This record gives sequence, C-alpha cells and structure tokens, in this order.
Amino acid sequence: MAKLTRRTMLQAVGATAAAAFTWTAEEATAAATQAQQARAQAAATGKPYARKFFTAHEYATVTVLSNLIIPKDARSGSASDAGVPEFIDFIVSDQPARQTAARGGLRWLDAECTARFDRRFTDCTDVQRRQVLDDIAWPRRARPELSQGVAFFTAMRDLVATGFWSSRVGVADIGYQGNRPVAEWTGAPADVLSRLGVAYES
Amino acid sequence: MQVIRSPRVYDVCIVGSGAGGGTVAKVLTEAGANVVMLEGGPMWDSAKDSAMFAWNYESPTRGYGGDKKPFGAFDGCIGGWEIEGEPYTVGRGAWRWFRGRMLGGRTHHWGRISLRFGPDDFRRKSLDGLGDDWPITYDDMKPYYDKLDSFVGIFGENHAARTGLHNEPDGIFLPPPRPRAHELLIKRACDQLRIPIVASRLSILTRAHNGRAACHYCGQCGRGCATHSNFSSVSVMLPPALKTGQLTIVPNAMAREVTTGDDGLATGVAYVDTQKLTDHHVRARVVVVAASCGESARLLLNSKSPRHPNGLANSSGVVGKYLTDSTGLSVGGHVPALAGLPRYNADGTGGAHLYLPWWGDNKALGFPRGYHVELGGGYGMPGYGFLSGIHNFPGSRGGGYGAELKDEYRRYYGSFVNFAGRGEQVARADNYVEIDPNVVDKYGIPVLRFHHTWSDHERLQAKHMQETFRSIIEAMGGTPTSPMPTAAEDYGLAVGGLIIHEAGAVRMGHDATTSALNRYCQAHDAKNLFVADGAPFVSQADKNLTWTIMALAWRTAEYIADERRKGNL
Ligand SMILES: Cc1cc2nc3c(=O)[nH]c(=O)nc-3n(C[C@H](O)[C@H](O)[C@H](O)COP(=O)(O)OP(=O)(O)OC[C@H]3O[C@@H](n4cnc5c(N)ncnc54)[C@H](O)[C@@H]3O)c2cc1C
Ligand code: SF4
Repeated sequence: MAKLTRRTMLQAVGATAAAAFTWTAEEATAAATQAQQARAQAAATGKPYARKFFTAHEYATVTVLSNLIIPKDARSGSASDAGVPEFIDFIVSDQPARQTAARGGLRWLDAECTARFDRRFTDCTDVQRRQVLDDIAWPRRARPELSQGVAFFTAMRDLVATGFWSSRVGVADIGYQGNRPVAEWTGAPADVLSRLGVAYES
Repeated sequence: MQVIRSPRVYDVCIVGSGAGGGTVAKVLTEAGANVVMLEGGPMWDSAKDSAMFAWNYESPTRGYGGDKKPFGAFDGCIGGWEIEGEPYTVGRGAWRWFRGRMLGGRTHHWGRISLRFGPDDFRRKSLDGLGDDWPITYDDMKPYYDKLDSFVGIFGENHAARTGLHNEPDGIFLPPPRPRAHELLIKRACDQLRIPIVASRLSILTRAHNGRAACHYCGQCGRGCATHSNFSSVSVMLPPALKTGQLTIVPNAMAREVTTGDDGLATGVAYVDTQKLTDHHVRARVVVVAASCGESARLLLNSKSPRHPNGLANSSGVVGKYLTDSTGLSVGGHVPALAGLPRYNADGTGGAHLYLPWWGDNKALGFPRGYHVELGGGYGMPGYGFLSGIHNFPGSRGGGYGAELKDEYRRYYGSFVNFAGRGEQVARADNYVEIDPNVVDKYGIPVLRFHHTWSDHERLQAKHMQETFRSIIEAMGGTPTSPMPTAAEDYGLAVGGLIIHEAGAVRMGHDATTSALNRYCQAHDAKNLFVADGAPFVSQADKNLTWTIMALAWRTAEYIADERRKGNL
C-alpha cells in the first residue's frame, strides 16, 4: 500500500470529498486525519481554565496533593503540568454526587493537619504533608480511625490518575501509540512476541 | 387532535432505520418499491458526525459520557439506558432497556460481531425439549446470510473447519486481521485447556469492498466510522436504497400506531413529529415494523382497533411474550507476563481479533444452552477511569503516591485481559412486555412494562463462565481481579437487557394460536404487516443476534417483493 504523507492525504480530501462512497483507503484516512487536525486547532485557540467548583484554597490544596500523587520525573511532568487540577475541578462540578465527598475530604485533610501541626495542608512542610499521606495512602495498613481520610485519598488517587494519564502529557508518557490511521495492520512486533514466547501462524 | 395526512400512498412504510429497517429498505427499493421510512431520531451521517480520531483529552470529562452517552463521550449513539421523556417501567424481576434514537439506530456503535446462527439454533426444542423450534431452518436462512456476507463485507474464517464444531457454519469472509499480542497469549492458554479459539467475525473491511474503503485500524468503531469501513445501516444499507430514488426518509418521526381498515389490513402509520410535536399519518400498502424488538412489540400492542382489540397481530395473545436477552458477565485478570512490555499500536479494528465459539456438550453439563466469549485487553487509549483502583490490583504495593506509584501505572498498563461471556437464555412465556396501564411518554404514547427473570438454566451457565474464565486467566499465569460470585449473587449474571440483545417479543411460528408471525415474518392476522428486527426470533443462540436480524429482514423483504409481483400484496 502506498505510503501516506500529509500532503497526499490533504490533496485526496480536496479531490474526492463529494464522492464519499467510493473513497480509496488513502482518501479515507486523509479525511479522518484532516478532521483531527481541525479539532486540534480549535482546541488550541481555547481560553485559559476558569475554576468551576473549588474555592481558591481548595484548589491550591488539590494542586499540592495532585503533585504529590503524580510528581514530575525523568520521563514526564507533574500532575499540574498535565492539567490535573483543572480536570478534577471540572469533573467534580460536573458530577454532583462527588461534591460533598471532595469538599469534605479536603476539610478532613486540613483538620487532620491542624490537629497534628496546627496548620492547613498547604501550609505544612513537605515532611509534614507526607506524614499525613503515609497514614492514609495505604488502605490495607491504615489505622481504622483514619478510614475517612483513606476513602478520600483513594478517590483522589484515582481521579489524579485519570486526569494525568488521559492528558496529552500522560498519553505520551504511557506510550499509547494508536488513534491514527494505519495503512496495513501487521499485528504485534517481533520483540513483543518473542518476550511472550508466542508467534504468528505462517 | 389535528392529524396531517399525506395524500400519497407509498408501496411500503418501514418503521425504524436500524439493522432490520435498513436492510428491508435496500432490498425493497432495489426491487422497485416506493418506500417511506419513519425514524424516531434525527439524521446522522457517519462521514460528518463521527468523532473519529478524537482524543479523550479533547473532552472535559476525558471521554466519560454520563447518562447521555453511556458508552463514552465520543460514542456514535444518540439514546441510552434512559431517554428523557420516554420512560419504561418494570414489573416482576428486573430489566434495563437500551434504545438508540437516530438514523441507523444502534448500528453505529454496536460491536459488529457478526455471526450466523447454526443449524441447531433453529431447532432447540427438537434437541433438548425446551422452548420452541423456529418455523424455518438454517437451510432457509443460508442464502440470505451469504448475500449479507457478500454485500456488507465481513472478516473471519471457517470456524467449523478449524474446530470441528458443527453448529458454527462457514461464511464468505475477507481475511481476518492478525491477533494482538495479548490475544496470542490467551490463545496459548486456550490451546492448553482445549478450548477452541478462532478468528473473530466482524463486519469490518480488511480490504476495500463494494466501493467502501478498507479499515485503517483506528480501533474506535463504536464512534461510527467516517470512512464507512465497517457496517452501519447508514454507511451500507441506506446509500444503495437512496440511490434508487425510491426511498423517502422522515426523521424525528415517532410511530404511535399502525392504522388498519375495516378489513383488518394495515393502511399506514400514525406518527408524531418529535420536533414540531405535530401529528401525522402516512399511508402505505405494506407496513414493515422494524423499530427494535421492544419498540415493535409496543407499537403493535398500541395499535388497537375493533378488528384487533388486543393490539395488531395479537389474536393469539402472544405479542410481548418470550422476551429474551443474552446472558452476560465479565471476568478480568492481571497477567504479569504482559506487564512492562515494549509498547506497540494495538488498536487494530474495533473489537477483539479472536473469538471463542461455544464448545461444550450441554448434555454432559448441568445447563441446556451455551455461550460464546468476547475478549478484551491491550493498550487502549487512556481515558476516564484509567487504571482506577490500582491499590487493589493483584501484586500492587497497595496504594501509596509519588514516583513509585507513577511507575506502577506504567507497569500495569496493558497487563489486563478480560473475558465476557454471552450466552443463550431459554425463552419463557412469563418473561414478557405489556403496555403499562398508567404511564405514557411525552408524546402521549403508552409505554412498556417489562417482566424478566433468569432461571437456573442461565445461572448454572453463568457459573460455568466464571469457572472457565478464571481457569484461562490462571493458565496465563494471571490472577482474576474479582472474587468468584456466589449462587445468591447469580454468579455475577448481568440484569436482563444489559447485554442489549433483546429478541422474541413478536415471535414467528406455524401455529397462529401460539405465534404472531408466519415463516416470512408476516402477521397471521394481517397479511400486509411484517416485522423485521429481533422480535420475530423464536429463540436466541449462543451467538450475537444482529447478523440473523439482517438475514431474516433480507428474506422477509424478498418475500414482500415477490408477493407484490404476484399481486398478493
Ligand atoms: C454497545 C452495543 C454493542 C452491540 N454489539 C453487538 C454485536 O457485537 N453483535 C451483535 O450482533 N449485536 C450487537 N448489538 C446489538 C445490535 O445493536 C442490535 O441487535 C441491532 O441494532 C438491532 O437492530 P434493530 O433494527 O432491531 O434496532 P435498532 O438498530 O435499535 O434500530 C431501531 C430504530 O428504530 C427507531 N424507532 C424505535 N421506535 C420507533 C418508533 N416508534 N417510530 C419510529 N422509529 C422508531 C429507533 O430510533 C432506531 O433508530 C450491540 C448493541 C449495543 C448497544
Ligand atoms: S477501526 Fe476501522 S472500521 Fe473501525 S472506525 Fe476505525 S477505520 Fe473504521
């Protein structure tokens, strides 16, 4: 099958847009690729995010917490580099069933920090924050009296993971390689098959 | 109420534009009939309206669709489990009803598993005494399955030749795509356990076919295919029908009643324009109801007249009864061998490339009917809910945060497999729909009330699924991610309707006192009324039903064309 270049794709779309039912494979993928580019362009011109649910303090707490859950490392940026706080604010505003638990959980965290260190989570030192998280981030070994904090943190970890890994940054880091036209499907590459000890029937 | 009456008399009025309605429209317009198609939902064009190549991060919910889009924000379906202003109710037991409301019905986002029923599937009562035989056999259906395979295009392989299972008939196939890596690993485990595993049969084009482009392996068939490379009614059936110039599509037209004359024959269809909320009547010499199993039963039950006091085609009282769905449950597993492998683009076609047909001998098992298995796994596009619950994953550190957690996500990505069983339910008269005496929808049309329960036939089959899937996961060196459900939990059996394979509510048969339709899906009580969806089915099979809906619709449409030629309609 002919190699697809961006130019030939776009040419193909221009030539055949009207004859939708007689497209060749090249023309077909071209149309789809063009759609993707158009959407990416539209997205790039969007406005900066305006908070929908959290107060400024709550939002700052979510940001600190998110970056502790998924920090920057050698391979990719942190949760906030990937827009996780925006995502969490949006999803909590969009799903009323989450709102009390989210707001209340952040209050729980501040109350716990105040009881231990006489300051809110965001005002704690990194060491102090980690002391609290170490007590609520491991459901199976957490002390029973901290169960509400455990429930809150578990939900946050899941939300941060969704927000991070589904972002542009996360998708690149995790190595998802699809969502693009493939002219010919050849299956899994040889190195993967040999690591698994399986092979294609000839 | 003022009714706007169309002066024109069409040869045929089809209600519904999905798998069944689309097929009938193609065959009848090509046979020269003048057809009007009423569709309750809006127009939808795969080429323009599909969200092909969208990224989950382009949606603020990261692909989560909520109630409006239960299969994801970019799913190619308008409709869902609940539709505003169109309720349904449940009496005995439980039921969930998934309805598509758009041109093409549920055929934009369906799974495209396209299977023929086998010879045994049409005569189960003769084989095990349960349910009823169909009034037709596999031989009656074979020519229509062949036409469908050839016209639509479907990839696959000869399952019977591969496995020796006689109830898995051959078809006409495009070459199947190579399996993904995790599918090969599943295959190795199945080979070990002597469970047959074969190439899937999906109505997706691995080669250009009948003027449609070949698939480009974006793996997102559920969004609708902008290049028409998979089957939907709108991509495949409606274009040739429209090309004849003989098809008029009326969108946003919700049928209220099939009208009949003094002779008891159908005269046309009364419908509501859902946008203008005006009432209309269209006249036709033949009416084909293809609104989906539940909706077709509802329409007939709501079509009462002095000649048809129990509803149209219902002198037997059978309309609404024998409602079935496929049984279903899923078991997931974590497979360490799949963790941390080099990444590759595993999208492939929408859906699994391998498939497990039913292999068991029911005479030697404690339940009468079989199931097939649908596979999941690989490197999907990360989206809402990604690796959620990592603290409970087999072999995980149990929670935590920070750099080590971040690495853990990387390691788990792509290391899960999933097995979904889809089995045959034995049809029973006491699983049924009726018109709710108290509730109407926002158009004033009385709604359905469902009554549905499972029996031990299905529960014991579910137990077998659970045990089998767990043994495959273990043979792969993996660990199931959920505990084995108990008998009190029905072994994890999904609530009826959830597998979205409703069938049987207007069943066919030779005997007009125990069936509504004859062997051509023609009403015993009104010869110019036909049903062309899952409603005529006498039984399910251990296979998904839509290919049989379409083959049967094709056969029904050819019969109508024939009878019209002979002057009988
Ligand atoms: C997520 C999903 C996956 C699936 N996967 C598979 C699979 O892999 N294999 C398989 O075989 N099956 C599968 N199915 C099932 C398949 O989609 C259905 O069996 C098939 O679409 C049924 O065709 P139909 O023509 O009966 O109904 P539909 O396709 O639902 O079409 C009915 C049409 O009638 C319209 N309508 C309803 N009532 C009225 C009315 N009163 N007036 C006017 N119009 C009306 C509706 O708006 C709709 O457009 C799947 C379904 C879903 C939802
Ligand atoms: S996988 Fe193939 S058939 Fe499915 S939507 Fe993508 S291009 Fe179309």
